[in-house]
Amino acid sequence: MSDRKLRIMVAKPGLDGHDRGARILARYFRDCGYEVIYTGCHQTPEQIVEAAIQEDVDLIGLSCLSGAHKELFPKVVKLLREKGAEDIVVIGGGIIPKQDFQYLYDQGIKEVFTPGTPLEEIKEWIDKNVKVEDRIL
Amino acid sequence: MLKYFAEELLNKCSSLRKKWEDEVKKLIEKRPERRQRFSTVSDHEIKRLYTPEDIKDLDFEKDINFPGEYPFTRGVHYTGYRGRLWTYRMFSGLGTAKDTNERWHLLLKEGQTGLSTAFDFPTLMGYDSDSPRSAGEVGKCGVAIDTLEDFLVLVEGIPLGEVTTSMTINPPATVMWSMYIACAQKQGVSLDKIGGTIQNDMLKEFIAQKTFMLPPEPSMKLISDTIEFGTKYVPKWNTISISGYHIREAGSTAIQELAFTLRDGMEYVEHAMKTKKLEPDEFAPRLSFFFNSHIDFFEEICKMRAARKIWAHVMKHRYKAKNPRSWWMRFHTQTAGCSLTAQQPYNNVVRTAVEALAAVLGGTQSLHTNSLDEVYCLPTEHAVQIALRTQQIIAEETGVANTIDPLAGSYFVEKLTKEMEEGAWEYIEKIDNMGGMLAAIDAGYPQMEIANAAYKFQQQIEEGDKVIVGVNKYVTEEAQECPILEIDESVEREQLNRLNEVKRKRDDKAVKKALDDLRRVCKKDENVMPYCIEAVKALATEQEICDVYREVYGEYRDPGFF
Repeated sequence: MSDRKLRIMVAKPGLDGHDRGARILARYFRDCGYEVIYTGCHQTPEQIVEAAIQEDVDLIGLSCLSGAHKELFPKVVKLLREKGAEDIVVIGGGIIPKQDFQYLYDQGIKEVFTPGTPLEEIKEWIDKNVKVEDRIL
Repeated sequence: MLKYFAEELLNKCSSLRKKWEDEVKKLIEKRPERRQRFSTVSDHEIKRLYTPEDIKDLDFEKDINFPGEYPFTRGVHYTGYRGRLWTYRMFSGLGTAKDTNERWHLLLKEGQTGLSTAFDFPTLMGYDSDSPRSAGEVGKCGVAIDTLEDFLVLVEGIPLGEVTTSMTINPPATVMWSMYIACAQKQGVSLDKIGGTIQNDMLKEFIAQKTFMLPPEPSMKLISDTIEFGTKYVPKWNTISISGYHIREAGSTAIQELAFTLRDGMEYVEHAMKTKKLEPDEFAPRLSFFFNSHIDFFEEICKMRAARKIWAHVMKHRYKAKNPRSWWMRFHTQTAGCSLTAQQPYNNVVRTAVEALAAVLGGTQSLHTNSLDEVYCLPTEHAVQIALRTQQIIAEETGVANTIDPLAGSYFVEKLTKEMEEGAWEYIEKIDNMGGMLAAIDAGYPQMEIANAAYKFQQQIEEGDKVIVGVNKYVTEEAQECPILEIDESVEREQLNRLNEVKRKRDDKAVKKALDDLRRVCKKDENVMPYCIEAVKALATEQEICDVYREVYGEYRDPGFF
């Protein structure tokens, strides 16, 4: 284990501009003491993956409220694998019907959070499931 | 000054109040009230009781007056809803143009009186369905439109000279409006006969909704072009719908929504006056507004009453408009999407009804009521029908439209209206001092004010200080499901086929010429509208036209404030 702070990227893939949740989470994570990178809206999966690798993050939180999550979330996981960065954990949130959860899990999204989830619940999940590993510099 | 109350009454009121306060004090020592501090959903503090003393400084004529009279606190029309009810205008769009056309015909059959178009994200952002950026988004959040051919299908069988149509479209507003104009011409309807609205409000995009394309300055130029073109050729069209809705959805308070929206409006007025040399009276009567109706009943009503009053003042005194129509604030309202919950979704019907009632008591000109399932997906037909019926019940059963502005004169309503007004003025003056809304946006000021309010509200939810039924109180374990509308993946394939077909059959030379002409006028600072109309008629795609804008004016990227 390391003393390093967990690095989280909050990302908005696709053309969706509903960013209230993403921005609240970014600020909450920062208040929790994590290091936070927020991408802003309208990122392609390629841009997100490139930035995540460059910023050396431990976790990507994807937010999508436009209905394009089945296309965009798996694409991010796939690109991470292609770049050998599968150690970066990917979670998602937004307007996501229950029947899509299993598909997203199967595609490598580790957890899905929908509106109304208490922020603390997300933090607890992160602390339990994302470990800060020592990095080889 | 015409004082609201005589001195004698106020003196009496004061002594009665003191007696009442003594009683209250004794009582709450024994049994405290439910909470220490009461406040609205925007955290605006509300007192225990309001009395004549709270509104003793109001001037009856200057602050309230009569409906149809300046400052229009009680409404812009002399007869309120007795003459004509508000327009039932349900926002809708899904899948292909054909799917949406079917939904529109259904809504008209069910008694809807105006149309309102929801476009999918690629269309909203100026991308065609075949752009790599559109993958997975085609037809999902609204209807996919690539070329005039799609638009012709969208309005098939709709008499454009009779029905008014609102289009929620911002960066590519010139393109969608051009398509509508071209369709009207094909139907043989002249431009002075068509009515409707394009949202065309880029400032609130930078502030809140985040559908961007061009940087702020050229965005303003395109907007002033539409204002100028509408003034000359399409006199019944609202060329802009200055919107607070999205500002509120992004988490602002009611006062912020009011202030930022009105300050945006002023920015557009000043830009059109400066760059187009237009007099306010030439275009101001066609400016329209769009507000959110959130769950805090009285705060919303008072916000809307204050909005009319501030706008009238600004148009009359700041911009010296002389035509009373220029002083009118006419607005559309939508109930608050952000107040709906995925948990126990049927409760959303009740929330929407309360919000719709507030919009009506606030004097809206048209109304969209959200459907109970919109927290999951685009609404099903059944859910839309309930939402539309909600408006019809309010209008035709409850009797609230029988008299004009029935809440006027309530100590609480008049005081809260005044507080909304004063709160908004504080923000407006602050933004004036920053050099206007463009400068404020550049500094991230409204964006951060909203982010702060949204975060504070979220904390109040987490702490249980604000209640959302089914989310942080009265939670039920078992999932309550409602039917969900799924947009089939075949929509994207179908749309791509249509687009390819159009590209194959059109005259490429004519497209190129139209786009070259457009590029030339963009550089010359001429009005783009006539050239945009020619381009859509030549079957240039939406993205081809928007790419010309991007090429000439550059692109805006989200600075990502949080």
